[in-house]
Amino acid sequence: MLEALGNLLGADLSRILVGLIAVLLFSQLNALFLVWLERKVAGHIQLRPGPKEVGPFGLLQTIADGIKLVGKELITPFLADKKLFILAPVLVFMPVLVGFMVLPFGENLIIRDMNVGVLLIFGFSTFSVLAILAGGWASNNKYALLGAVRSVAQNVAYEIPLLLSVMAVVLTVNSLRFSEIVAAQGKVWFCFFQPVATLIYLICATAETNRAPFDIPEAESELVAGFHTEYSGMRFGLFFLAEYTNMFIVCAVATSLFFGGWHGPFGFALGIPGVVWFLLKTYFLLFVIMWVRWTFPRLRFDQLMNFSWKVMIPLSLANLVVTAAILKFI
Amino acid sequence: MASLIQEPVDDRIYSLNLGPQHPSTHGVLRVLLKLDGEYIVDADPVIGYGHRGHEKMAENRTYEQFMPNACRMDYLSGLIYNHGYCLAVEKLAGIEVPERARYIRTICAELNRISSHLLWFGAYVMDLGGFTPFLYAFDDRENILDILDRVSGSRLTYSYCRFGGVARDIDEQFITATRAFIARLRSRWSDYHNLVTKNVIFINRVRNIGVITTDQAQRFGVTGPSLRACGFAYDMRKAEPYEIYDRFDFEIPMETASDAEARYLVRLREMEQSCRIIEQALDQLPAGPYRNDKVPFKVKPPKGEVYFSFESARGQTGFYLLSDGTSYPYRLRARVPSFSNLHVLVEVFKGTLVADAVSILGSIDIVVPEVDR
Repeated sequence: MLEALGNLLGADLSRILVGLIAVLLFSQLNALFLVWLERKVAGHIQLRPGPKEVGPFGLLQTIADGIKLVGKELITPFLADKKLFILAPVLVFMPVLVGFMVLPFGENLIIRDMNVGVLLIFGFSTFSVLAILAGGWASNNKYALLGAVRSVAQNVAYEIPLLLSVMAVVLTVNSLRFSEIVAAQGKVWFCFFQPVATLIYLICATAETNRAPFDIPEAESELVAGFHTEYSGMRFGLFFLAEYTNMFIVCAVATSLFFGGWHGPFGFALGIPGVVWFLLKTYFLLFVIMWVRWTFPRLRFDQLMNFSWKVMIPLSLANLVVTAAILKFI
Repeated sequence: MASLIQEPVDDRIYSLNLGPQHPSTHGVLRVLLKLDGEYIVDADPVIGYGHRGHEKMAENRTYEQFMPNACRMDYLSGLIYNHGYCLAVEKLAGIEVPERARYIRTICAELNRISSHLLWFGAYVMDLGGFTPFLYAFDDRENILDILDRVSGSRLTYSYCRFGGVARDIDEQFITATRAFIARLRSRWSDYHNLVTKNVIFINRVRNIGVITTDQAQRFGVTGPSLRACGFAYDMRKAEPYEIYDRFDFEIPMETASDAEARYLVRLREMEQSCRIIEQALDQLPAGPYRNDKVPFKVKPPKGEVYFSFESARGQTGFYLLSDGTSYPYRLRARVPSFSNLHVLVEVFKGTLVADAVSILGSIDIVVPEVDR
């Protein structure tokens, strides 16, 4: 009995340990890669080559930048709330890592296949706005505070349609477990059943991660750098890494919820392993988000809020009701 | 008036320094904003951070020596300023300019106007958060800089004109490059319009934003594209034609909406009109000398005064020169458009959002060193 418990604990512990190391490694490397990708995409959209000097295709550019950031002095403003100011960058990165625990990379490649996976990921992603508020408040800078206030208002407004659009999928599958949601899309992806929800999710996810054209909290032409105006060195680096990791998570969730996760299109895997399908789709969505960023100007704050409360929320609510009605009567 | 010390933050209204170091003030302009939430209650531009005393400098320099200063007032339309200054001195001293030189000057000044508007276009869209059009505009502008670099040896502050002509003659390569550039720019309009003008986000950011009423425009002396967006087709090139502008067939673009979008459209259409002027000038370009050889090394205008105004990329610019018969001007005074265009913002800013303030400031197109002089 005790032996069995020990085995279980050992197996479980080692699984968690391996998972933790894998997540830390993957999230860091992935963020570095995404920063490089963003600059390459931006470069090619803007008729220039992007980074190309450091390493092959400039791949080591972000690592060089990371080393530079680590070497920089960490400046704490004189009148800042010191504890909160130091805590905020840590706080922004922690919940991002938790998200990786439940992401279904492949059929058997889930660290913890929880029965409340969807809930967990969105629950924790809300934490990042708390960190942004803390950082903006603690900086004791008017631009930072304005950015933080905008960020909170924006996240509250866009979280509602985001969750409502996810609810439509959850209702269809009748489960909050990622593996079951993906398994249900073996033949047809949910983006074909739920085109409205997919669109709403993608727009809201862009807003949730503070990406252009919704990058109001850090609108550099108005608020200098928004909530991270006063942050320097690796503290700024953590905000930066968190933003890219967050982007990866929302796109990975979109892939699992709407684009069939590890499945190939219409059940044709074409001999490609599930994890490759998953990453391919996720990176494609990331590319689309970058594409949008380098194409559109920024919305104004009140227009952004109006768009959420007057368009997105009613639309997502209607979509949910229609989905529920169809499920009930079929 | 400007209170230079920030007032203490009371419970509702607080002040925010927009600048002097701020990404969208385009230089060292400081606007002291009083905000209620994100709404602007009061705005107060504080200028003078870039004051170099050009007008005083002129008194201690000969007429030739002041020439580089003229381009440095407005570094984005340096050649137009340079041109205007030369015309003012020529008018004062009665210097003849050969026909070919007048055409060359006009072509280069109009090229400079396009480059200034292109930079404005890119910077304005960047103020609104769109980064890519900025680099597209710079890519086009680079062609102009290359063309002007070949003849003047400089990319920004040209000092290309001389009293009675230009520094260097243009050649066949200049003409082909200019024609190729115009063709290229025309092929780019559809890109610009699809990417920016027709973009719904862009339209929401500029339509009915920053309306300058005709009354305000007249009281503050607003000129240039900002005035033409208010329904006045007033342009020095047509109103008081100088140089050879009366020989060309071109229009003065005009809009009536008075908002940021109208100012945007006026500038885009002005670039097309400048292209037309350049094309006609290239067609009519006469042969002959490019410089009046009889102009003495040190120009000594007779006693007297002259006021000469011309159209820079930002509006009506004027040079007032007072000569006491020596080779040094007794007094030089410059009327710059950005100064009057900037101060209308005090009234326009009220009741708008901070994000709108950035949009309006960008749409006016100020060059801060020109305001400060």
